[in-house]
Amino acid sequence: MAKLYSKNPKQEQLNMNPKNETVDFLLRYSKALSVLQFNNMKMETLLN
Amino acid sequence: MQKELITDATLVSNYIKGDEGALGILITRHKQRIYSFIYSKVYDKDIAEDIFQDTFIKVIRTLKKGSYNEEGKFLPWVMRISHNLVIDHFRKSNRMPKFSNTGEFSIFSVLSDSALDAEKTIIKEQVEHDVRRVMNELPEDQKEVLVMRMYNDMSFKEISEKTGVSINTALGRMRYALINMRKIIDKHNIILTN
Repeated sequence: MAKLYSKNPKQEQLNMNPKNETVDFLLRYSKALSVLQFNNMKMETLLN
Repeated sequence: MQKELITDATLVSNYIKGDEGALGILITRHKQRIYSFIYSKVYDKDIAEDIFQDTFIKVIRTLKKGSYNEEGKFLPWVMRISHNLVIDHFRKSNRMPKFSNTGEFSIFSVLSDSALDAEKTIIKEQVEHDVRRVMNELPEDQKEVLVMRMYNDMSFKEISEKTGVSINTALGRMRYALINMRKIIDKHNIILTN
């Protein structure tokens, strides 16, 4: 049987992951974000 | 192994209570499925990355605000958010069509650089050189008027003052200079095109 030299696109698609930077960003964003409740209002604050 | 035993619902509730590590586990657990799902729709790694990020920003904000009420169905909920964001992306890209050069149509066939390229620069230099050679064939008085008018950008009044002849004479010399240049060009078969 002939060898397939091209990547199998389906397999590639299954093993796809976002970049580590994106995940790190999300975790940092989550740590920085806090929601404050004030008179029935919810306010978001982002701390650096 | 320990991580897998904790259900999504528990992790979500821990996260809402302030356990930041729970979010890390949730993202690690589901990132491949969510990212692959987005990529299977948009077929662009960068766009998939953006939509993945926006999806979790929405997840984080909703959880922190306490608006999440679908305990036990975390993954389907996140998938629905990403699906909606994919739809938003296509709506946006339909409003602003993006041209890519992969097909038959190339955007560069419509847009061109107005600056002269190397070939046009050489042609321009040659044309200017030929014009100077033709001008040198002209009688001195005609050449003088032509240089003042075309190269020094002087008015005929200024030329007449400088050369000490009337404006009409200066105009006449200019006229004969152009007629004679055309004759020289025809005679020597000089092609002056850019």
